[in-house]
Amino acid sequence: MCVAEPDNDDHLALCGVSRLRGAGVMEAHVDRLAGMSRIGWSVLCCAKYGATNRVVGTKWPVQSGIGSKEEREPDVPGAIVAEGLTKRFGDVLAVAGLDLTVPEGTVLGLLGPNGAGKTTAVSILTTLIEPDSGTALVAGADVVREPQKVRERIGLSGQYAAVDDVLTGYENLEMIGRLYRFDRRRARQRADELLEQFELTDAAHRPVKTYSGGMRRRLDLAGALVAEPPVIFLDEPTTGLDPRSRLGLWEVVRDLVARGTTILLTTQYLEEADQLADEILVIDHGTAIASGTSDELKARVGGERLDLTLGNEAQLETAVMIMRAVATGDVEIEREQQRIVAPVDAGAASLMRVLRELDERGIELHDLSIRRPTLDDVFFALTGHTTAAAQSAGDGDGLPADRREVRTR
Amino acid sequence: MSFDSLTALVHDSAVIAKRNIIKIRRVPDVLVFVLISPIMFVLLFAYVFGGSIDIPGSNYREFLMAGIFVQTVVFGATFTGAGIADDMQKGIITRFRSLPMSRTAVLAGRTASDVVYNVLSLAIMMATGFIVGWRIRDGIGEALVACVLILIFAYALSWVMAYVALIVPSPEVINNASFIVIFPLTFVANTFVPSQNLPRLLQIFAEWNPVSAATQAARELFGNIPHETPQPEAWALQHPVLYTLVWSVIIVAVFAPLAVRRYRRQA
Repeated sequence: MCVAEPDNDDHLALCGVSRLRGAGVMEAHVDRLAGMSRIGWSVLCCAKYGATNRVVGTKWPVQSGIGSKEEREPDVPGAIVAEGLTKRFGDVLAVAGLDLTVPEGTVLGLLGPNGAGKTTAVSILTTLIEPDSGTALVAGADVVREPQKVRERIGLSGQYAAVDDVLTGYENLEMIGRLYRFDRRRARQRADELLEQFELTDAAHRPVKTYSGGMRRRLDLAGALVAEPPVIFLDEPTTGLDPRSRLGLWEVVRDLVARGTTILLTTQYLEEADQLADEILVIDHGTAIASGTSDELKARVGGERLDLTLGNEAQLETAVMIMRAVATGDVEIEREQQRIVAPVDAGAASLMRVLRELDERGIELHDLSIRRPTLDDVFFALTGHTTAAAQSAGDGDGLPADRREVRTR
Repeated sequence: MSFDSLTALVHDSAVIAKRNIIKIRRVPDVLVFVLISPIMFVLLFAYVFGGSIDIPGSNYREFLMAGIFVQTVVFGATFTGAGIADDMQKGIITRFRSLPMSRTAVLAGRTASDVVYNVLSLAIMMATGFIVGWRIRDGIGEALVACVLILIFAYALSWVMAYVALIVPSPEVINNASFIVIFPLTFVANTFVPSQNLPRLLQIFAEWNPVSAATQAARELFGNIPHETPQPEAWALQHPVLYTLVWSVIIVAVFAPLAVRRYRRQA
């Protein structure tokens, strides 16, 4: 910290550089200001640092990522810190040595296909199941040794709305409040507040089974917020929701973050992680395979994708050749769908080039498009297999893992 | 937290029991079944068996009634099992597990709220019994003691079914699984026929079966045992109230911790 080293001007200057992007100006001024009161310097430095931190807010680069060391915020304890978590169900290693850190007031997006271990990881961190090994601290409490303390400090909202169908929305929230040991008055008051906040007041006294999917999910999230916990877990909060409900939920999440809540969010959608998460952790087969900010991940998987579907199977090899010529990375081939996906970086120019060559060789096109990378592409780029293949391997549904994937190059 | 664990257990169980009672009111189908089946039992046994079995010196219909009461509440324990098995399938259990509430409360709240079912079915059966000629021959006070004893015994058994519900793989199995326990208990007993008419081995089982003791206790307290009936030989049937209470305590002491441990472990 700057204040810790007030009597070393060189160090101070370095400190300024490392904390402030574009601090070159300050560095240049160090010599000139050498005569200035050292304490004054420290104050200036730290005040400025504080301001930067506030402005950047929750978008401040987070730990455990690929982000450059200089940009990481030091000395802030993670609201969620997990090390070496493992959990086995019979023959399946659902979580295999997972490490993760979520600094206070930030959002970590846990991204992965079905069966990647996201829900198991959340279940461990929310004390629903005990890990076979590894440790985790959530809001300062150990999930294995102090589960009740953890439960007092977290909220959980999941894919399968954890609310009672037969009770009304109001009754559900009041019951949850009572189970947090609120007295009757406070439980009722909190239920009313949350129903209002989530626009459920009109439906407050209807049984939950009459609610739409979006309304249930909102109620479920409201249930997680009853005790205003500092840490919230959202397990695939928008899976199965219509686009409008999804946007509404995103708004709620942003609002929570603005109030300083720490959030761990699992999702199958890159876009959702992109929209909400400060840092994304990609997991597959229970372990982290990549982490970073959304931009960093996208940079890793390359730019846009050229997505080609053929009309004639016999021409697949030729088409693959053409695609490889423009690709900036591995080309993904799905033989059954006669589909070839290639990462490209020249945008429309790549599209034009492929189109021209396909035409010259008389290759029948069914579809050719250029698009932004999807989770499938991130996955393919990181693991060499698609999410569908990961799923079928994980679920053991009899589909061979290599049916959809052909690794090239 | 200012709550010690017992206060927490009572408080949280009350919240859960309240939730279950709201559900009883809101899903009346279950309630209808709970109330109709006892009427059916009383009428069926009173008229089908009542006319064909003769007990010297006694009115069989009157002898039968306490047996039907006990048998019905024992069957009623299945509702506890069904309720818990059903809850375990639902998302709300995830919520309960993630809350800083007592781990025992979900089960304790369920067994407590199911007493409501038993109170209702007992009341219905007594009313039906009264219509077909059954009478309380001793004091009202003794009759109330009989009712409370039956309810305590039923409460204890609902912990057995709570445990069964947590070890069966799916709610569909719960009925069959519980019948394996309930049928021998209720039939190899003095519920429908006096135990002295049974083969020796079954007779011993029947005499020491807590269902027999509960039935015997209820019969005595309702004044449904004629004076000329000889004293039963087994100690259990000579002290049926005490014997029933001891069994109820043992059942809860064994099955409540088993069920709670099972609930904690289940994901």
